[in-house]
Amino acid sequence: MAARDNWEVIIGLEVHAQMLTNTKIFCGCSTKFGAEPNTQTCPICLGMPGVLPVLNRRVVEFAIRAGLGTGCEIRRESVFARKNYFYPDLPKGYQISQFDLPICEHGHLFIDTPEGEKRVGITRIHMEEDAGKNTHDPEGGPSRVDLNRAGVPLLEIVGEPDLRSSDEAVEYLKSLRDVVMYLGINDGNMDEGSFRCDANVSVRKRGEAKFRNRVELKNINSFRFVKQAIEFEIDRQIEVWESGGTVVTETRLFDTQKGVTRAMRSKEEAHDYRYFPEPDLLPLAIEEAWIERVRGELPELPRPKAKRFVAEHGISPYDAGVLVADQAVAAWYERAVAAYGKGAKPVANWVINEVLRLVKVSPEGIAASKLTPEKLAMLLGLLDDRKINAAAAKQVLEVVHGTGEDPAQVVEKQGLAQVSDTGAIEAAADRVIAANAGEVEKYRGGKKNLLGFFMGQVMKELKGKGDPKLVTQVLQTKLGG
Amino acid sequence: MKTTDLTLAELSRKLAAREISAVEATRACLDRIAATDPALNAFLVVDEAGALAQAHASDERRARRQSAGPLDGVPLALKDIFCTKGVRTTCGSKILENFVPPFDSTHVARLKAAGAVLVGKLNMDEFAMGSSNETSAFGPCRNPWDPSRTPGGSSGGSAAAVAARQVFGTLGTDTGGSIRQPAALTGTTGLKPTYGRVSRYGMIAFASSLDQAGPFARTAEDCAMILQAIAGHDPLDSTSLDANVPDWVAPLKNASVKGMRLGVPREYFREGLDPEVEKAVRAALQQLVDLGAELVDISLPHTEYGVATYYVVAPAEASSNLARFDGVRYGLSLREQGGLRDMYFRTRAAGFGSEVKRRIMVGTYALSSGYYDAYYLRAQKVRTLIRRDFDEAFAKVDAIVTPTTPTPAFRLGERVSDPLQMYLADIFTITCNLAGLPGMSIPCGFTQAGLPVGLQILGKALDEASLFRVGAAYQAATDWHLRAPKEVV
Repeated sequence: MAARDNWEVIIGLEVHAQMLTNTKIFCGCSTKFGAEPNTQTCPICLGMPGVLPVLNRRVVEFAIRAGLGTGCEIRRESVFARKNYFYPDLPKGYQISQFDLPICEHGHLFIDTPEGEKRVGITRIHMEEDAGKNTHDPEGGPSRVDLNRAGVPLLEIVGEPDLRSSDEAVEYLKSLRDVVMYLGINDGNMDEGSFRCDANVSVRKRGEAKFRNRVELKNINSFRFVKQAIEFEIDRQIEVWESGGTVVTETRLFDTQKGVTRAMRSKEEAHDYRYFPEPDLLPLAIEEAWIERVRGELPELPRPKAKRFVAEHGISPYDAGVLVADQAVAAWYERAVAAYGKGAKPVANWVINEVLRLVKVSPEGIAASKLTPEKLAMLLGLLDDRKINAAAAKQVLEVVHGTGEDPAQVVEKQGLAQVSDTGAIEAAADRVIAANAGEVEKYRGGKKNLLGFFMGQVMKELKGKGDPKLVTQVLQTKLGG
Repeated sequence: MKTTDLTLAELSRKLAAREISAVEATRACLDRIAATDPALNAFLVVDEAGALAQAHASDERRARRQSAGPLDGVPLALKDIFCTKGVRTTCGSKILENFVPPFDSTHVARLKAAGAVLVGKLNMDEFAMGSSNETSAFGPCRNPWDPSRTPGGSSGGSAAAVAARQVFGTLGTDTGGSIRQPAALTGTTGLKPTYGRVSRYGMIAFASSLDQAGPFARTAEDCAMILQAIAGHDPLDSTSLDANVPDWVAPLKNASVKGMRLGVPREYFREGLDPEVEKAVRAALQQLVDLGAELVDISLPHTEYGVATYYVVAPAEASSNLARFDGVRYGLSLREQGGLRDMYFRTRAAGFGSEVKRRIMVGTYALSSGYYDAYYLRAQKVRTLIRRDFDEAFAKVDAIVTPTTPTPAFRLGERVSDPLQMYLADIFTITCNLAGLPGMSIPCGFTQAGLPVGLQILGKALDEASLFRVGAAYQAATDWHLRAPKEVV
């Protein structure tokens, strides 16, 4: 293993995010994933002779949203360009993309690092069309092309080489994914490839000003693979340099089975894309008013939201992070806080520890759950009023999640009301003390932790419904000291 | 007088008066094609059954008094560059020899909606790359005035079909002169509209920033009638202009050039201009003066850079536009042996002719990294200068008049081995495309040998009306456009 300490790691990520539009970027075909091959195609996305692209307005709207959500400047005039290369999944022999005049530039994101919050630059964001998908027969039969994905709108988000470790790369990727999901422009699905990334990785001696040759890593479509591939690549590059060699500027594929990167054949990457402005589309002019409207409609993004939860609700940054990780959960939580009205901390605890566990197992998600924020607020009210104890409350929560009944109704129907009648508790305590003379002796002899044992026995007598505070008081009085 | 000797406007009136039926007119065209085309090779496809069915439908509409307008029942034909649903569309190339589009181009859809009878698909230079129709994979089209000569190109079939009176009008496309040059060489009237005036959807792309569809017919009025049906914004073409489409036909009844200022650019009357062509054009200019126009001496100083600029921009765009012909989805595909690269190489080597290959190579080179700035970018800058030349000229004049071509129709085979000489056939027509302006060619005389000569009229952007006006006024006073080639049977 090479001496990492002498080397600085430089990473920049390029992310491709499929946009959640209903139709493709240049034609009216559906973008839905998983249809029969080549059923979501038309002469335009098949690249028939004579067809022309017409830009989907929603794609521009989403690109503006992405730009504003990452602090970019939005160009008043941007230009589509053709990227020319031959591949069977690219029907026209060129991809319509943007080149020297992209729609968004000069943005940034913040990530958490052990040293605190770090700003990571975003060089540019541009719009382009996705290619189709080739499938190859392992038996050596003919390869197949599915063009359902051809023309699905993509955002390419190019990050600055500001990342200094694989952990930072993963943090950046997570942060970016959260943002595009919050903005409603991407579903964040890395398995289906709708959010995918390439990494540019290089190393240099600490203190060196110039960058050394970089390697582009592909096929790293999960957070785990991003980390593994970068880690492997850092070690590989340091070894090459330290053994007197030179890292070659090239594209390398991550082998997910073996956990190593390997160079693509040079033929696969020796491209001169011959970019030139797309003559079939006019330069895209965007009025200020459009940008301002989109700005006005931007949702609160995860980082500011988490900070607000900490500041306004007094919950921990960790809890805030858990709550904002999903936009729907954060909204649910906020509604519950409002409905409850007596502090956010218990709400946060219940959401994180109980509600999330319940909604995780149901397919419809938190927003559609029968367990509404108002019902959680009612339940917390019952706890506050000592109508039920915590154990019963968890039972009630599960029933409410299943049936949607009011918590009070459930308490009554299932007889879960807390026993706060001192007489009943005293009677139960007397029975327990009488039946456990030995333990009573030990307790009185100083083994105070036996109180838990007595609590358990009394609760058992009360079928779990005893008010724990009262039970403790009664026991302490009766056992003495 | 034969039915096919009528102009489009005359036929339209007779159809409206029910003096003739669409079926009769269509049969007359089909007979004429059968008689003359073996000598001309203007048609690549004659859709007899389809045409007769459309003609029947037209007659039925007419009987129900539901005529779709002045083109209803008029037999027309299309350059084989326009996609026609269910009808083979080759673009003059082996690579599309068996391509049957699943959709209609906007032009085809609009002509169908106007009731026109679409008789067939016309010969052309392969992918519209050529000035003589000799690059067609299906043999050259011949000039009805002299079958040993070219009808011009690339829309040679569209021009020859009108000159030989096979149909009443045709559509062609013009990227660097491909409508006006063959119109001049065949004694027909042909118009290239303002870039964006007519949709490009469904027209197989050669050079996207230059291509424009337009009509061929016997007269300016006939061209106006066809343009009327196909012009106007198309939501399927982002570069089509959302501009008002005026009534071009009605004002032509009493068209006059009285008071019009017509610019005569110095740069078009220099060495290389055939003396007989010059003589006919000068006579036409005098005729326009006699009709009340004023000639104004003007300069278009960047004219000489037109051909060089064009032969960077057009091949560059073509090299990209033609990448889709890769053997994967449609058209020729030689995939029996070898892998992917073999399929690409074999298909494109066998499918494209040598002129197309030459332009793909030139264009690929011009866009290559390291050469882009020196060629493509510089060409775009020259384009701006050429546009500025016209802006300055049009501040002083209403239209510009020039010879359409430096020479009359040349012999087939004469220039095939000399691409530069061939490219110079477009020297007077190319700058109009680079500037995106409308241009028209009308017949203005003949050489001693009986070959037609064309007068080119260039207009301001979106001012096709002035071109029709000059053309109609000139044609009202002359009969060059009425002359027919002797029978070519």
